[in-house]
Amino acid sequence: MIKNISNLGDAAVYCDFGEEVSKEINSNVIKYFENIRDRNLKGITNLAPSYNKLIVSYDLSLTNYSKVKKLIEKLEIKEKKEKDSKIVEIPVCCENNFNLDAKRLEETLNIKFEKLLEIFFNKEYFCYMTGFIAGMPFLGDLNKKLRIKRLVTPRVKVPKGSIGLTEQFCNIYTYESPGGWNIIGNTPLDVFDKDNQTRPMLINPGDKVKFNRINQEEYDNIKK
Amino acid sequence: MTISKNNFFKIERGGINTTFQDGGRKNLSHIGIPISGAMDIRNYILSNALLKKNLNSAVIEFAYQGPLLKYYGDKIFVVITGNVKFQIIKNNNEIIEGEPYKVFLVQNHDQIDIQSTNKTVYGYLSISETFILNESWGSISTNTKAKIGSNNGEKLNNDQQIYIDHTNKNVSLTKLNFINSKIENIRVIKATNFDYFSKKAKDIFFNRGFKVTKLTDRMGMRLEGNNLENIVSSNIKSEGLIKGVVQVPSDGNPIIMLADHGTIGGYPKIANVISADFDKVAQLTPGSLIKFKEVSLKEAERLFQLYLLETKNIISQIL
Repeated sequence: MIKNISNLGDAAVYCDFGEEVSKEINSNVIKYFENIRDRNLKGITNLAPSYNKLIVSYDLSLTNYSKVKKLIEKLEIKEKKEKDSKIVEIPVCCENNFNLDAKRLEETLNIKFEKLLEIFFNKEYFCYMTGFIAGMPFLGDLNKKLRIKRLVTPRVKVPKGSIGLTEQFCNIYTYESPGGWNIIGNTPLDVFDKDNQTRPMLINPGDKVKFNRINQEEYDNIKK
Repeated sequence: MTISKNNFFKIERGGINTTFQDGGRKNLSHIGIPISGAMDIRNYILSNALLKKNLNSAVIEFAYQGPLLKYYGDKIFVVITGNVKFQIIKNNNEIIEGEPYKVFLVQNHDQIDIQSTNKTVYGYLSISETFILNESWGSISTNTKAKIGSNNGEKLNNDQQIYIDHTNKNVSLTKLNFINSKIENIRVIKATNFDYFSKKAKDIFFNRGFKVTKLTDRMGMRLEGNNLENIVSSNIKSEGLIKGVVQVPSDGNPIIMLADHGTIGGYPKIANVISADFDKVAQLTPGSLIKFKEVSLKEAERLFQLYLLETKNIISQIL
């Protein structure tokens, strides 16, 4: 299932599952990620799964590339019971002070913003991975009519809770951060809770996300 | 831990970027939390070793201009490591010139004035007693961008107090004659997207220097000077990042990922700094020149063993 294994620097193994982004490839990545994690292998210090790659970092004072590579190659991948992939509902307000890139989206995609939202909310999205900043979910796949490049110049500050679009993906800024995605709205929910150290993330890889449109009043009520 | 508020530092001046750090946190990359921890690991370890503490104990890390701390409580011992200029201002206004890698006695109302790091970035302050700090995921390391870790994820600010658990440890006034080695080349291994770059760009990468810019912090170090031409694509599908990765965005200027890096990125990876050179990279100041030298994986592994051995030897020389 892994197409190629190589070293990334002297303290990480780079597992390449292919070039395309699909649920099948991503579920293989997640399978390897979970199997390695559950086995508590000696010296492993971090696992970074993404759409189609898995980076396994290790402590070079305890092990090395050839040992970790062998562990991964010999790993028996236990199929997990069909996970209860949960559906997470996320309320989103797309009114004026939140839809930062409505105009750019209308112009670039040649579509009315209302129509864009209708298409966006009419779908469930799959969580491929989390990261960049704590708990940020990378969700897909967007309808082809909504696919747009990153901003030419990224924002220095994207507000917490912003919902962004880029290429076939959408995401949620779990806290204020620099970023270049096209912002259509904002959720009043805390998607990442740093004080909950056992389950800090509302959305985990493999989950499905359903966005629900709310108005400003509903937004303010939840925020309270 | 008893939280007595009898022993504490009052922060008279926070300094530029003063945070609590330890060895960092593991196994959280997949939820977007990087390793953090001390930037110059050897100097961090030495600060604890000089006080015969657990090498993974919490310390204060400072950058450029450090903090001015006023101490209240029963006597403690402190050590500062790095190329650091500092003074101990005694209660009777006597001024003792600081010497890094040497244990100093600090008494009620004494002040520690950490003036600057000399031609380097980071320095460390460890104490004989224990800072009272909150852990997040097994580490007190403060990540100010994610607002995670001790001190509510914030750097030290003027007028706040840091409490200390005081158990009257007896410490000998140890000392170490240690000079940080001069930084020459930064050694790297070619990374997964090396062949995205033109032959000319590869030549430039290894044969010409880059300038360290001011856009450098605990997250990453931006370089400039020679734009690296990408002949394949300046975006890859977003994937994991690790400390030491050299990414090249579309403007052709490399960025080195450091301890508080984002955990996912979409720029091609040209190279990766070897583990033995992490401490050196962290200490490069804005404006200085960085030159990359290619080594093999085998060589990098050998150099890291050598680095560990050197650290051990330095610790064994503590008097």
